[in-house]
Amino acid sequence: MIVATAIVLMMSIPGLALFYGGLVRKKGVLAVLMQVFAIVCLMTLLWYFVGYSLAATDGGSLNAYIGGFDKMFLAGIGSDTLSGTIPESVFFMFQLTFAAITPALIVGAFADRMKFSAVCIFMCMWLIVVYVPVWHWVWGGGSFRKMGVLDFAGGTVVHINAGVAALVACIFLGKRVGYPNENMAPHNLVLSVIGASLLWVGWFGFNAGSALGANGGAGMAMLATQVATAAAALAWMFVEWLVHKKPSVLGIISGAVAGLVAITPACGFVDGWGALWIGIAAGVICFFMSTAVKKALGYDDSLDVWGIHGVGGIVGAILTGVFAVEAIGGTAGLLEGNPGQVLTQLWGIVATIVWCGIATFVLLIITNILVGLRVSEPVEIEGLDINLHGETVQ
Amino acid sequence: MKLVMAIIKPFKLDEVRQALTELGLQGMTVTEVKGYGRQKGHTEIYRGAEYAVNFLPKIKIEVVVPAKMVDNAVDAIVAPQRPVRSGDGKIFVVPVEQTVRIRTGETNESAL
Repeated sequence: MIVATAIVLMMSIPGLALFYGGLVRKKGVLAVLMQVFAIVCLMTLLWYFVGYSLAATDGGSLNAYIGGFDKMFLAGIGSDTLSGTIPESVFFMFQLTFAAITPALIVGAFADRMKFSAVCIFMCMWLIVVYVPVWHWVWGGGSFRKMGVLDFAGGTVVHINAGVAALVACIFLGKRVGYPNENMAPHNLVLSVIGASLLWVGWFGFNAGSALGANGGAGMAMLATQVATAAAALAWMFVEWLVHKKPSVLGIISGAVAGLVAITPACGFVDGWGALWIGIAAGVICFFMSTAVKKALGYDDSLDVWGIHGVGGIVGAILTGVFAVEAIGGTAGLLEGNPGQVLTQLWGIVATIVWCGIATFVLLIITNILVGLRVSEPVEIEGLDINLHGETVQ
Repeated sequence: MKLVMAIIKPFKLDEVRQALTELGLQGMTVTEVKGYGRQKGHTEIYRGAEYAVNFLPKIKIEVVVPAKMVDNAVDAIVAPQRPVRSGDGKIFVVPVEQTVRIRTGETNESAL
């Protein structure tokens, strides 16, 4: 679990930071690295102060919705305290890495145009108001768990949450100056390939680690993760090859991330065959959402956080209900004669979208009132790096 | 003396340099530039959306030659471009008033 925790942290820094850093234009690379790094630091302290307690403890009469304050500042947690069969300190750290990467995912949607101060304030509020309650609903004994919603490693908690917040945020902030007519292609896909590859490796910690032990469940989760990711990467690549006549580096790494996202809720419940189809579905659907649908609807989700994490998370959550194997995860899916599981999954998805969407919108309004969300047009055109951080990449 | 200034495709540089060297020319200045002519750039696709790339990467070669060598120098630059295609570039020939070799103080054609 300690190794799993370490490599999930590696997903954020440097994995996600490099992935996003390569995808933006040169004038904004340091800003996005800075945002991811600062968010990891901020979420660490917030998770320690109050986040973990509100997520993972009993909330009494409000327990269906939120936890309590019993473990603020890790009160009562020592070296011998257990969470299940592992030290609670390790469980706290493992979940801290999830709390760190989820807000960091969102920054890709409004890359190149949001104030750094606004990013910090918004993300702190978002963790407590959005992430922590959904974590509690799914993993902390809240309403989702009672209803039987399946989410092994965070398809709902991490990816749908981040994806919905990303969509709301990018629409709220508006398009980048020059979008969609100017060249906004990635400035360094080598960085993005390194980042995506680190994400892939780290995802074994994310998914297999969510078994909270070195056991057969962890092994199956790891296997499913690998199969789905490869399938999704190839699916995106082949569809892009067919539609746009060239298989791109950006496409194959985007497909891989889509597969990783989609298998996240399913990995502890499905076999290799289910993982294969989840991967293919994620690769194809996320490709069209990030290209044709985004273009048709006209929103500027800069790095396709909604198109990959939001949509991939939804695809994975639904297909978990289809491909779940009772012998693996203890719950049968549609293919094993339990169509109700798909409806349960849909309920979880809708509830998350509604809560996350509304709360994110309100938090953006509050942040806008406090410090303003968007940089001025000249600052955006010249770039966030030099204007907000006083540094540039040569 | 004339300044022969050629804008060519980057991958043609080595062939052009070799052809000019074979003429006996002692040196040249090469600059990475961007621009467009009648070709007007091209379009690329990013995430399914087409965008225009107006300024294409080119190489600018500048070489000063004696007036009698201008046609040969121009031919040496044009020959490697076969088969010709849109965007192969342009060659400009400009009069040069004076040349000075800094180390020796030689001037004009003896300084080339």
